[in-house]
Amino acid sequence: MTLLAANPLAGIGHMFEHPFLRDAFLAGTAIALASGLVGYFVVLRGQVFTGDALSHVAFTGALAALVAGIDLLLGLYVACVVVALGMAALGTRGRADDTVIGNVFAWILGLGALFLTVYTTSSSGRDATSGVNVLFGSIFGLSSSQALTDSLIALAVAVALVAIGRPLLFATLDDAVARARGVPVRFLGFVVLGLVGVTAAAATQAVGALLLLGLLAAPAGAAQRLTARPMRALWLSAALAIASMWAGLTLAYAVPSVPPSFGILAVATGCYAGAFLVTLRRPRAATRR
Amino acid sequence: MLAATGLTWNVVDDVRQLLAEHFMVNALEAGTIVAVAAGAVGWFMVLRHQSFAGHTFAVVSFPGAAGAILVGVSATVGAFGAAIAAAVVIAAVPRSVGGQTSSEESAVIGTVQAFALACGALFASLYGGFLNSVTGLLFGTFLGISDGQVVTLLVVAVAVVIVLAAVARPLLFASVDPDVARARGVPVGLLSAGFLVLLACAAAAVSQITGALLVFALLVMPAAAAQQLTARPRASFVLTIVFGLLTVWVGLGVAYFSVYPVGFYVTTIGFGLYVAASGYRITADRWGRRALPSGAR
Repeated sequence: MTLLAANPLAGIGHMFEHPFLRDAFLAGTAIALASGLVGYFVVLRGQVFTGDALSHVAFTGALAALVAGIDLLLGLYVACVVVALGMAALGTRGRADDTVIGNVFAWILGLGALFLTVYTTSSSGRDATSGVNVLFGSIFGLSSSQALTDSLIALAVAVALVAIGRPLLFATLDDAVARARGVPVRFLGFVVLGLVGVTAAAATQAVGALLLLGLLAAPAGAAQRLTARPMRALWLSAALAIASMWAGLTLAYAVPSVPPSFGILAVATGCYAGAFLVTLRRPRAATRR
Repeated sequence: MLAATGLTWNVVDDVRQLLAEHFMVNALEAGTIVAVAAGAVGWFMVLRHQSFAGHTFAVVSFPGAAGAILVGVSATVGAFGAAIAAAVVIAAVPRSVGGQTSSEESAVIGTVQAFALACGALFASLYGGFLNSVTGLLFGTFLGISDGQVVTLLVVAVAVVIVLAAVARPLLFASVDPDVARARGVPVGLLSAGFLVLLACAAAAVSQITGALLVFALLVMPAAAAQQLTARPRASFVLTIVFGLLTVWVGLGVAYFSVYPVGFYVTTIGFGLYVAASGYRITADRWGRRALPSGAR
């Protein structure tokens, strides 16, 4: 791997000669776009804990698929979407209680520990590597076809979210008035959590099950602090997520001992901390409700 | 874990066989300490709807321990340090006045958690080749609890429980009705921050046994089950401790005779208790024999 140290610009120029990096950038950009957009609604609706729960579900889903001998991605997507819709159903009146969510995902994680043991002990020579990969992501290990699939899925999520963006924003900011105006508030609640589920599954491959929460929460939190106008914040959140992804991938390429997940999350957290410090002096930019 | 010795139908014999192993005695002692401390703090956590913060402290102990191993310090010290640091960061963000977790606070908690775990991934990668201890840190191992660790746990747990007992009344007041408590001169903000630090200490202590990912089960499950059964604070508090002990003892005992991880048994028993308690409560509500106030959500 070429190091940046000698000549940074030339190093970055060479970066895209590696097919694995092109794939990582392709999938990463699409996943960051979807995470930034979906994450803004997750933060605005106070459902970050649901995202946290889904990140653990992703782990169990992927390992369950490995144990059953089916495609890991299938387990990942099915588990995330089914549990996300289940949580939407639990929260029929208002939003699902944090205690209920906590109990359910703590148990699901226990199941994940069981699957990890079953998987690693069922045949000799397997170690916990795939488990650890699911937890912390391995975006540089994506194959070209996987990268393409993930990009298409993430793009579809982004398009769907933009299509329902306005009514969803209305329903989020003023649920009662939106309902009176005929906006299908409950249905939108299901749709948005379903999209969170799909995003979680896609992001698991980029940054890992344990870290996707940061990609959902940090850019959105930063955007919410920087502007009070919802539409602007939505796109700012997506832009920050993509910027974090690019910067993180470049960092991980330049310094091989840094895992890409750490690079991405470190930049995203830095954005949030920066937004916090910048807005500390002036009165907080509250989203208009 | 060690399936060399068999399970018989004679429960007394089984228990005797289990207690003959020094590591099992250590595990049971540590499990008992942890169940009491986690139950006591978890009871307030569930009441205050701070599960997300509790979960974050729990997972933050993983990068703490990994970082400590990397620089050559004791993993226990690293876990406590990281959890308390996370508590301070989260406490620094003002809660909204209503008492409910604001969207800002939850974004901060989520970011802290993900960043901490990313640091854990970095430390693991820098250290290289401790993959097995990564899964150990995440999912716990009760085989290797040393006598020294049991003593550390005991000291931390006693300190946590004493502080909690000292602030129990004002904390309960501030949790149930923050506005009235504030009007009566209770230092709500200080209590809230102090509670986060206690929660962090308890989470770090539990993580020594269950691993970072499964701490949350011992914090949330016994308390949630107990609060389903009764709304009276004293009774549900005692029930929480009982459920916690039951979960840990049965979980450890079963895991000893099985090849599957202790975390799976602990979470499954805890979840079973919670589901049973919820089922009981729903049935009781429907039949109308006992009208339980909804305060114990």
